[in-house]
Amino acid sequence: MFRNQYDTDVTTWSPAGRLFQVEYAMEAVKQGSAAIGLRSKTHVVLGCVNKANSELSSHQKKIFKVDDHIGVAIAGLTADGRVLSRYMRNECINYSFTYESPLPVGRLVVQLADKAQVCTQRSWKRPYGVGLLVAGLDESGAHLYYNCPSGNYFEYQAFAIGSRSQAAKTYLERRFENFTDSSRDDLVKDAIMAIRETLQGETLKSSICTIAVVGVGEPFHILDQGTVQQIIDTFEIVAEQEGPDAAIGQEAAAEGAAADQGGSTDEGVAPMES
Amino acid sequence: MASKQPENSLLGPEADSQRTLYPNVTGTSVVALKYKDGILMAADMGGSYGSTLRYKNVERMKAIGKHSLLGASGEISDFQEILRYLDDLILYDNMWDDGNSLGPKEVHNYLTRLMYNRRNKFNPLWNSLVLGGIKNGEKYLGTVSMIGVNFEDDHVATGFGNHLARPILRQEWHENLSFEDGVRLLEKCMRVLLYRDRSAINKLQIAKITEEGMTISQPYSLKTYWEFSAFENPTQGAVGSW
Repeated sequence: MFRNQYDTDVTTWSPAGRLFQVEYAMEAVKQGSAAIGLRSKTHVVLGCVNKANSELSSHQKKIFKVDDHIGVAIAGLTADGRVLSRYMRNECINYSFTYESPLPVGRLVVQLADKAQVCTQRSWKRPYGVGLLVAGLDESGAHLYYNCPSGNYFEYQAFAIGSRSQAAKTYLERRFENFTDSSRDDLVKDAIMAIRETLQGETLKSSICTIAVVGVGEPFHILDQGTVQQIIDTFEIVAEQEGPDAAIGQEAAAEGAAADQGGSTDEGVAPMES
Repeated sequence: MASKQPENSLLGPEADSQRTLYPNVTGTSVVALKYKDGILMAADMGGSYGSTLRYKNVERMKAIGKHSLLGASGEISDFQEILRYLDDLILYDNMWDDGNSLGPKEVHNYLTRLMYNRRNKFNPLWNSLVLGGIKNGEKYLGTVSMIGVNFEDDHVATGFGNHLARPILRQEWHENLSFEDGVRLLEKCMRVLLYRDRSAINKLQIAKITEEGMTISQPYSLKTYWEFSAFENPTQGAVGSW
């Protein structure tokens, strides 16, 4: 995308009928680290890649619990994502207070989309630079939505956003028809595999990804690193490494997971230390 | 001395004309119970103007959305105001057109918030409400007072019904009443109320709400018995006079 004379203002149309500022905002989403979501009839799983800026820092939080029955994963400007999460939490809690009932996720998503649209039609505002994958339950079952900076929203069986999300999308496209009847555990496994696709060769460890689940009878929660590492181990065992190396690799990864504060580096098969 | 209240307060003598101080046209008890298929509710059709039984065709029970039934005692105009609020609520709920709908629990809680908020502003809606309904097989029956006190139960009543009908219901209500038994039980309660509540009139309706929807009976009257011997010549044997 190149600069042009119609891209200064969000309230300026281009002659081709485009709002460039909105499109640039969607670019910001594509630059953020990947987030994926997939759903069955009864569960929705969200996953994201957490890359810390440096070895010294911790990674940014990209998955937020909005209510017991709704959670969101973001990609793009995480600051914008935090603000929108706070809005969503507020809406949910206000609805719960008035009606003593959970806010249907479909309605929250529309409110969010309308909020984003406002920023595309005010000269003194800018669009939110974050894409949201909203996972939630309502009367009609489990749902996954994607909210754009443009104010559009779409419902998906499975989706991926952020950098290198195309790899995950390809993986999901091949399998999505089976997701509706998937068990919860299979869904989580598929989510982790989809994340692996976006890493493109990098070793998959629980320290660089976050997985969250919501389902019928299961409130939204982020899986702890130990659990995620265990699942990774069940399919990483068949990786290129041979037996003994694989064992060391497993222990190193588990050690890394336990001691990790988000600052661990890429190690591969490292000798473990206590 | 100038009043210390801010301009828009509802307190102080000038503001009295703008808030509810006492009710004018009132309805008396509403009685309701859960039965096998849903909720049964009964209320008479009277609107009293103080001690005068002035209006005799007031429907004090209305359907709310697909799943709920609201009955009210107290100020009739406030009941009509509440119906307007609920009309808006249900309208916006339907406009979402998304397969979700407000059930009786949600409506009950909304009403609780409404009544309590008005009470906090010293401008209550002078009603005692009964909200019953059934959604996805789950029966719900609750009540809200004019000060926002709310609770759910298997059978509820407002006003005099609490004193005269609830004791009967406590003895005779049980889970899974048939429709006929439910109606019989309600009529028993309404008959006692008719004898003993001076604001009651002998013209009532019974409404039922089930998964299929709400139906309300045509107005009818209860048979009463006044030939007790004690009523003939009531002053016989009385000592003195006033």
